[in-house]
Amino acid sequence: ALGASVAAAMPFRAFADASEDSIAAFTGGAEMGTEGLTLTAPEIAENGNTVPVEVSAPGAVSIMLLATGNPTPDAAIFNFGPLAASQTASTRIRLAKTQNVMAIAKMADGSFVQATQEVKVTIGGCGG
Amino acid sequence: MADNVKPKVRVPKTAAAGEAITLKTLISHPMESGQRKDDAGNLIPRSIINRFTCEFNGQSVIDVTMEPAISTNPYFEFEATVPEAGTFTFTWYDDDGSVYTESQDIAIG
Amino acid sequence: GRWGRLAAQQALTQDQLLQFDTYGNVSLIHVTDIHAQLKPIYFREPSVNLGVGPNKGEVPHITGADFRKLYGIDDGSASHYALSSGDFSALAQGYGKMGGLDRVATVINAIRADRPDAILLDGGDTWHGSMTCYETQGQDMVNVMNLLKPDAMTFHWEFTLGSDRVREIVQDLPFAAMGQNIFDAEWDEPSEDFKPYEFFERGGVKVAVIGQAFPYMPIANPGWMFPEYSFGIRDAHMQDMVNEVRGMGAELVVCLSHNGFDVDKKMAANVTGIDVILSGHTHDALPEPVLVGETIIVASGSNGKFVSRVDLDVRDGRMMGFRHKLIPIFSDVITPDAEVAKAIDAERAPFKDRLEEVIGRTDDTSLLYRRGNFNGTWDDLICNALLDQRDAQIALSPGVRWGPSILPGSDITREDIWNVTSMTYGKAYRSEMTGETLKLIMEDVADNLFNPDPYYQQGGDMVRVGGIGYKIDITKPIGERISDLTLLATGEAIDAATPYVVAGWASVNEDTEGPQIWDVVEDYIASQGTVSVPDNTNVVVVE
Ligand SMILES: [Mn+2]
Ligand SMILES: [Mn+2]
Repeated sequence: ALGASVAAAMPFRAFADASEDSIAAFTGGAEMGTEGLTLTAPEIAENGNTVPVEVSAPGAVSIMLLATGNPTPDAAIFNFGPLAASQTASTRIRLAKTQNVMAIAKMADGSFVQATQEVKVTIGGCGG
Repeated sequence: MADNVKPKVRVPKTAAAGEAITLKTLISHPMESGQRKDDAGNLIPRSIINRFTCEFNGQSVIDVTMEPAISTNPYFEFEATVPEAGTFTFTWYDDDGSVYTESQDIAIG
Repeated sequence: GRWGRLAAQQALTQDQLLQFDTYGNVSLIHVTDIHAQLKPIYFREPSVNLGVGPNKGEVPHITGADFRKLYGIDDGSASHYALSSGDFSALAQGYGKMGGLDRVATVINAIRADRPDAILLDGGDTWHGSMTCYETQGQDMVNVMNLLKPDAMTFHWEFTLGSDRVREIVQDLPFAAMGQNIFDAEWDEPSEDFKPYEFFERGGVKVAVIGQAFPYMPIANPGWMFPEYSFGIRDAHMQDMVNEVRGMGAELVVCLSHNGFDVDKKMAANVTGIDVILSGHTHDALPEPVLVGETIIVASGSNGKFVSRVDLDVRDGRMMGFRHKLIPIFSDVITPDAEVAKAIDAERAPFKDRLEEVIGRTDDTSLLYRRGNFNGTWDDLICNALLDQRDAQIALSPGVRWGPSILPGSDITREDIWNVTSMTYGKAYRSEMTGETLKLIMEDVADNLFNPDPYYQQGGDMVRVGGIGYKIDITKPIGERISDLTLLATGEAIDAATPYVVAGWASVNEDTEGPQIWDVVEDYIASQGTVSVPDNTNVVVVE
């Protein structure tokens, strides 16, 4: 199911230590808002090795994408240039297990916003 | 250098001046994460594409720092403004020092 | 109502089954989930079909006597037998087998006699589920279905023929192959191999039929068999398609869906502008449509047991009213269509001897059935075969919803075995699994069935188990539903760290090794002669 977008407020400490360093490096420890960034990912991954994710934050300078449940959570940092028509980008990421995918946008004024969505990675099998 | 690395891009042939267009790119690459072990139990060293850029007539559209969580055969989709006729240049930077480029012209019409 | 009256009738006639006061200006005919059952079969509806979250206690999660009470169906009636569980073996003796595509053809032709331009829609799971279908890679079903002249079709198990074979068949289909949610995996764009929708001009009405293939294809079935495609529910794209066809003048929008019933209910609430959803995948047979907002959802059963007829009054670009009947295909009552009967025999002829060979028998108390949330007796028999023939401690068998029933005291033919096992990834593996992994798998499958959000309900029923017992609390979240895992041979609790020998089949992994499951089951039944399979008491369910 593509198309759901959730921007849930999650306490910072909810993310495993591996993510914390990356987040701190990107934000410098700044507070993060929860409005203005849309993270779109499937509820269930068709294939955990290639999960489509879209991030969109109008007015962002850059957006970091993290797979918080992976041993190495970093996925990408999108830096938007002057000819970006929107601050929107899609890619495909690996998810080792069911987890929260997280995006953090750095806005033009130096503030940060974040969004997370849980993506279920299932063993699968069985069918009607 | 990874074998058979082949970039593919989807760019419209034409656009109106100032129009926002959608660009899609794919490049065949194993994106070895550095997390996997081989049959003998040894860690397979990391070998990924670590950066992707798209420029139009020398101006940046997007510049992506890529990490091991990016899937095999990295895919990107994003939007660019086309102020004039010109050339999109797409560049992928491999851990091993290889650089792969692809370019495509777009006309105003 | 109609069902109360029909229930009261002991002597069925074809005219009664077909009786319908033609209504409005458009007729839809829906068949779905035939699972390659060309011939009449017995098929027991589930006795356990639990709903969760908003669907707890809602149809189709009402079974047996509760189901009959809800719809005013008399105990012992034809509708009791066709639509619900309970007294199945006894009622089957009286009412006989159901289905058969030659009988389905008769019903479709009769509807077309009333309404020549009725639209026939096939909801998929058609080219899968029998020996002849397996051996001909779906060609037997394609040939026979073409005689019924469908107008459109959508898909699920068809993709397990492999994408090359699917494309080969689809290229020559004389009707629309549809799925608005079938995307090209490489570029994430709608696949050019399938249409999102098709227009039909009927009774002066512009009808748009939008296809919705099974959304969880690469999750529930082996994705490596169709790597070019991506699926998903794709609500937003569905809404775009509805808006597009409305913009093109559609006065009636029908969705031919293989979502499964609860997913269809949620999609109907999320997407506006669909008049009718013809629902497949979860094999539910409902005597009345379910209304969600202004959308009616029709569920037409499985295995060729039923044909749904929906007459609609469409005026001024709006659905003003409908009349519906779920027509049960009592095979002893409905005269087979001669042409289709002949075609079915021709398809079966090359395999006749293999199909009809008797492998064993059921004893006088054992009804073999599968349908239901947990282990059915067919599943127990398959698990016993795996334990015995693969020398395993634990057996796992997929909770698929297809597979006809065998009455007590009956022969079991090779065809019967293939009808409950046939698939293109049927190898029976044997491997070691720790107790922890076993629990993880069972929790994963349970969440794919009992997650309160229908969009997380991706698969079939609960994985069937042999050699172990367990308790399941369906109200709990993932990781907490399964407890009391016990190795039946010793009565000891399953230990998280201990490796156990596990045999199973229908793995979605590409490199699975082992004999085909139908051979494993055949060898086991042959070795037993007469099989006795009491109802499973080793799965304890907490609601
Ligand atoms: Mn089915
Ligand atoms: Mn199905």
